[in-house]
Amino acid sequence: MSTAAMNRNTAHGASSSSPVLSLIDITKKFPGVVALNKVSFDVRAGEVHALLGENGAGKSTLMKVLAGKHQPNGGKIILAGEEKSFENPKQAKKSGIVLIHQEQSLVPEMSVAENIFLGSLPLKWGNRVDWKRLHADSTEILKRLKCTFSSRDMVSNLSIAKKQMVEIARALVFTPRIVVFDEPTASLTDHEKPVLYDIIRNLQEQGVGIVYISHRMDEIFHLSQRISVLRDGEYNGTLNTADTSEDEVTKLMIGRTLELDHASKPKEFGENMLELRGLSVDGVFEDVSFNVRKGEIVGMYGLVGAGRSEVAETIFGLRKPSSGEILLNGQVERLHSSHDAVAEGIALVPEDRKDQGLILGMNCRDNMTLAGLESVSRRGFMKTAAEKRVYDKYQQAMKIKTPSWRQKVGNLSGGNQQKIVIGKWLHTHPKLLILDEPTRGIDVGSKAEIHALIKELARSGYAVLVISSEMPEVLGVSNRIIAMYDGRVTAEFDGDAVSEDKLVQAITGQPVTAQSNTGSTSGHPAG
Amino acid sequence: MINMKDFLKGSGFIQPIWVFVIVITIFFSFMSEYFLSIGNLSNILVQTSTIGLIALGMTYVMINGNIDLSVGAVLGLSASLSVGLQDYGITIAVIAALASGLVLGAINGLVVWKTGVNAFIVTLGAMIGVRGLIFVYTEEQSFYATNFAFSDFGTASIGPFPVLALIFLICTLVMHLVLKKTGHGRNTFAVGGNPEAALDAGIRIGRHMMINFIIVGFFAALAGVLLATQMGAATPNLGRDYELWTITAVVLGGTKLTGGYGSITGTLGGVLAIGILRNGMNLMQVPAFYVLVILGVILISVLIIDQRLNVHASKGVSI
Repeated sequence: MSTAAMNRNTAHGASSSSPVLSLIDITKKFPGVVALNKVSFDVRAGEVHALLGENGAGKSTLMKVLAGKHQPNGGKIILAGEEKSFENPKQAKKSGIVLIHQEQSLVPEMSVAENIFLGSLPLKWGNRVDWKRLHADSTEILKRLKCTFSSRDMVSNLSIAKKQMVEIARALVFTPRIVVFDEPTASLTDHEKPVLYDIIRNLQEQGVGIVYISHRMDEIFHLSQRISVLRDGEYNGTLNTADTSEDEVTKLMIGRTLELDHASKPKEFGENMLELRGLSVDGVFEDVSFNVRKGEIVGMYGLVGAGRSEVAETIFGLRKPSSGEILLNGQVERLHSSHDAVAEGIALVPEDRKDQGLILGMNCRDNMTLAGLESVSRRGFMKTAAEKRVYDKYQQAMKIKTPSWRQKVGNLSGGNQQKIVIGKWLHTHPKLLILDEPTRGIDVGSKAEIHALIKELARSGYAVLVISSEMPEVLGVSNRIIAMYDGRVTAEFDGDAVSEDKLVQAITGQPVTAQSNTGSTSGHPAG
Repeated sequence: MINMKDFLKGSGFIQPIWVFVIVITIFFSFMSEYFLSIGNLSNILVQTSTIGLIALGMTYVMINGNIDLSVGAVLGLSASLSVGLQDYGITIAVIAALASGLVLGAINGLVVWKTGVNAFIVTLGAMIGVRGLIFVYTEEQSFYATNFAFSDFGTASIGPFPVLALIFLICTLVMHLVLKKTGHGRNTFAVGGNPEAALDAGIRIGRHMMINFIIVGFFAALAGVLLATQMGAATPNLGRDYELWTITAVVLGGTKLTGGYGSITGTLGGVLAIGILRNGMNLMQVPAFYVLVILGVILISVLIIDQRLNVHASKGVSI
């Protein structure tokens, strides 16, 4: 069914008002990536329309197009029957489109009132700030939001949840037509959530259209009238919340029933390559113990913020453990820096490849050899031919698509960038390879290639630790799965036999229902 | 057909600053007959060698993502030491002068590395403090070289080539090769381009930063010694504003203040551009104050053009 036809169907199906906002066939390209491919989406007045999709599905990009932060390469934005094109966020705001950000955009060293009215401070006598009115108006808005803090409080002294309330208060200064909430409950406590729900209902009653982006099914089913799903930058359908189920939505989101290829996983394991014994970093994670054997892929599954990346950083020498031990090859090691870690044969493919993995302004070859310059230089001088050979080897082995080695890595697609980061580490011939969210924001094709590569590496003897918040990924590649919740290891599962609901229980702090299979903790081959 | 924008952007082999150098060379050769004479050209090289030598080191520090504002003061101290210590022999005086640069550079680097305080602040403090040291050491006196071998060196030539110009060109070549061909050069780019990624690749970023501060300290001290040989004297105020001229030359040469980009060939172009403009306007008898105004305008114009070309090239890639 075409996108347009589907829209028409739902519009006729539900007898509510016509959309106040329509996004039609929006396309947005970045160099090497199509972030949005002819995506359509609409919001009716007084409706909560939930927008769902996995990480990297294009939700944030779509909202940035709507808010004027990105200019689309194709498609139309129609607001209240009028075609609009927003050159910048200010124009979008003027038209009544308000984005409540995930990340905060407040001025910390100003009062709550000043932040609420930033850019539109009430004036008197021409150009003096009318403080009385400023605080009176702010107090009124805060009252509507049932906020407990004063308009005179300094924003830097507020908790994250309260800061978010200030963001919302800001949206209420003008009468907005469309308010976009991007993961609004991520930083709220259970006590604060009902207040947010009240605010949203209040806005609904005033006829404001709400776009609600969230991963949490309970919230979406609680609040929304319709649910739209994006997948890999494409529109994947709209459902009426009343007529659907969580299962149906999940299927649309993932777009596949999980087909796990356990057979291709590595089978032969050697000695312990890595062992953690009661490893802790104060205030970050506590008493983490597990092991990774040669030739084995261990998955580390948990929600963002569970402490997974921090464990990896500690193994890699970037954080100092406050207690516990790290054993490499059976020997206790104290690593003081990433340099030590690399020397010991540890490689870390970081979570954020653009900020931590790559030098975007450098070319492909130079990024590839970055971690192992010693092997391509003699007495400090680079051996250009050797460097080129290294690059060619990994470029061919991993089928990295780039016009030439001179290409700046910033211009490559996410999948090819990630392959360069992996190639960079393979060139150092590590014994332990840690991959943190190895396929985040990468298209489906490259994802499968990277998964196959990870398995192949393990089969050739690498000990591999894969950190991921995507269940299909963890289940698809791991021999064993370590579940983390709130800085602790809550369970350890056999990667071939664990059920999805047990995994979810383990990473959300629920007691895990009995299961007999946990992985072995010693060096006995299990395969 | 050659695309003018690509051409100017330097996506080929010609850097924009060299286009500028060629244009002003042609311009001044028409304005003054004397301009293109061997004598005048080697004169330009000698005049620019002081700023040029410091700029070589500054390029490394800036590609590395840092900056060094103390170079002018280090130059002044080194010049005073090289003249003031001549009672112990020229060799010892020169060695002491150069060592002062190495040590001060090492201190700058160490503080930036270990405390994480911004290099701008650290070297701003060093600039003030080291200038103070000069006054403590010289008691506000100018020193005059008593040894003629010392002051002869500054005006000596090998064949038609002035020694100072030769030293500058040889240093330029060496620094170019080190930046392009060594692991240290590569890592300097990496650390400036993305310190976090460099750290994650196991690169010892602190060590590379410190080496680069030592390098710029050495070149500032070397420039101080050579300037003293040229003048046969050292004054306590020697080297004031030199940090600004140096940074101007490096930035004109295409090195980015944010780090990760830059080249020695570009810096050579930037140094020559300033030298040629000053010399050429001098020959045209433009009053000195107007020369400063014109240089300021040119600096800003070149950077605006550079920025426009870059914005154009990366259009559509916001964030």
